[in-house]
Amino acid sequence: MGFWPIFLLALMEGLVSAAVLAITAAGLSLVFGVMRVVNVAHGAFFMLGAVGAWFVTTYVPGPPALVFLAAMILAPLCVAALAGLADIAVLKRLNYSPDATIVATIGLLYILEQGALSFFGPSARPVPAPFSFRIQLPWFGYSGYKLAVVVAAVVLLAVLWLMINRTKAGLVMRATQSDPEIARAFGINTDKVYAGVFAFGAGLAALAGVLVVPIQQAYYLMGEGPLLMSFIVVIIGGLGSLRGTLVAALFIGLSDGVISMFFSPTLTEILATLLVAFVLIFRPQGLFGRGAA
Amino acid sequence: MTNNLGPFTTRRRVLGGLAATGATAGLATGLGTRFAQAQSSAPLKLGFQLHRTGIGAAYGRWYERTTKAALKAVNEAGGINGRPVEVIFEDDGTDAARGPQVLDKLINQEGCELVFGPLFSNVVMATAPRAAELKIPYLVCSETHSVAAGKLNRWTMQPGITDVKSQVRAVAPFIFDTLGKKVTMIYPDYAFGYDHRDFLTQAAKEAGAEIVKLLPIPVTETSFTRYFAQIPRSTEVIYHVMVGPGVLTFVKELGEFYGSNHPKLFGFIDSLEAVNIDTPSLSFLEGTHFWEGDCRYAQPDETEFDKAYRKAVGVNDQGAAINDPKEISTYAHMFSCWETLYVIKAGMEAADYKGPQDRQKFVEAVEAMSDMPASMQHPQGAKRFNGKTHQVFGHQNISQVKDGRLVRIERTSIDAGLYPDETDYTKMSF
Repeated sequence: MGFWPIFLLALMEGLVSAAVLAITAAGLSLVFGVMRVVNVAHGAFFMLGAVGAWFVTTYVPGPPALVFLAAMILAPLCVAALAGLADIAVLKRLNYSPDATIVATIGLLYILEQGALSFFGPSARPVPAPFSFRIQLPWFGYSGYKLAVVVAAVVLLAVLWLMINRTKAGLVMRATQSDPEIARAFGINTDKVYAGVFAFGAGLAALAGVLVVPIQQAYYLMGEGPLLMSFIVVIIGGLGSLRGTLVAALFIGLSDGVISMFFSPTLTEILATLLVAFVLIFRPQGLFGRGAA
Repeated sequence: MTNNLGPFTTRRRVLGGLAATGATAGLATGLGTRFAQAQSSAPLKLGFQLHRTGIGAAYGRWYERTTKAALKAVNEAGGINGRPVEVIFEDDGTDAARGPQVLDKLINQEGCELVFGPLFSNVVMATAPRAAELKIPYLVCSETHSVAAGKLNRWTMQPGITDVKSQVRAVAPFIFDTLGKKVTMIYPDYAFGYDHRDFLTQAAKEAGAEIVKLLPIPVTETSFTRYFAQIPRSTEVIYHVMVGPGVLTFVKELGEFYGSNHPKLFGFIDSLEAVNIDTPSLSFLEGTHFWEGDCRYAQPDETEFDKAYRKAVGVNDQGAAINDPKEISTYAHMFSCWETLYVIKAGMEAADYKGPQDRQKFVEAVEAMSDMPASMQHPQGAKRFNGKTHQVFGHQNISQVKDGRLVRIERTSIDAGLYPDETDYTKMSF
């Protein structure tokens, strides 16, 4: 293959990672932005989405496309409910103190991973894609489902943007983010907002997990990579800035595709981590962040 | 009460004693008649270092089942030296750091006579030195060449499965003569993969073939398409061997990348172990070739031993669990546990093994072994053990995918996999 076909393949691969990363990181960014909680268990919610998709596609009868659609709805809902419960039972009792919530979410991460190990098992299990077609280009073939993931991600992120900027729920979230005390003074029940945002963020991670599982497989440790990458994206983009997160996800995803294709995947991780270090030194609020409060 | 015997020690001793008495009494009533001739009817405990979780979990599940099936057969036939046998399984998480801890626990807490069973070479490499320190026989089912290369020690042996060097040497003529002489290798980026890389490269040199590209892939990788772009166009054969949770994704993406218009493929079945090959996304594998240690699909000329072994472990003719046809076994590798347990039995009986004081005698007894005919003890086929290098050599199978099944087209001789000794453990001290 010449340079351009490989470059095209790199961009396609990069777009797929960017798409999944953007959805996952959006959830993380939202939780941090509104609640100031660094959610280390975010990767575990991603994994639970994938595992949930396996359960739904295995035990619900019906045509593959419909069953997968059901998984896309059921798995994130269940994960969101679980996260909401964790917020009420744990995070709220810690008064959302930044230090305590980091430790608490680390604990949550272990509980969820070990729970998946106990109930789902240690094996990687495949989930069939809702449809399978292969696109044959002159130089190589490509999975049609992977391209569908990119399209689905674009739609989802557009909906997310509309929701935050054009709905009442979004308004309440933004109000709580900019000043919880004033929001409370205006009659907003911030406890409910926090529980809702934590659940919603986890649901987004789970949705990304569902989308990715036909490409990879459901595996109880699959959340660790996405967690690290999401943190990288959120830090570079600016903690709490959704726009920054999306731009950073696109940037990291595409450079992941290109660098790992032409050099090595390890180099991508080295460069991304280095970039985080530089951002933290020279622009701690991130590329699109509003500066430390 | 004296100072060195605290209340805790005393209580633990009493409880331990009670438990031991209870266990012995229970066994004596149940199995007393069968094991009547034994001098001591206390069960003989063997430790199994199991990859129950972590990247080796797919293998671990079946290694446990195979070992339990072998254990049942051994006990039904009177145990070892007339004593009933127990196997204690301990999970190492396929983690090198936990390997030595598991060995310690099995020996010091569970009171096992020896330890066997690990597959992943990273765990083996980490655990073997500890086995030598504690002077514990350590029988690995790993395929690693490190044993025969002399990198380990007098206490570490591999009597149940051929090492990678021998496997590769046995199948290399088929690859270079039948499939092609320009080979791209895709292999896991750790010791096991390096064995493949080194020995195929060596075999290629000897056969006048060429390795055009080496593609090492990290075991925890989840996305593979990016690597395929680096496969040179001049490649005639892709030699692939992958392990870990991503194997199915690896093969699926290879199919998406090439479709049916791919170079010839020769894979070690590791790339598809515990994976159902008869699915639409893997249809591109039709006609491609695989190495198999033991044939997953029952072949028309299956031996009576393999048939009985298959049944005992609970595997059907398609290589899946009898009670769940969706659950594919690791059939190509797991015979090693069965055969290793029978080597333990033979070695302990030859050494008249009574307890830990006979561990050295046991190692010497295994070192004295040589030809092992095909039998219920060696259902995969005949083997030849080399006591000097602590490595066994057996037949290898080359299979082709036909109608979604693996059909054996060649079975190599034991001689095809032999190579000059690289070490002599019998000259080492214990």
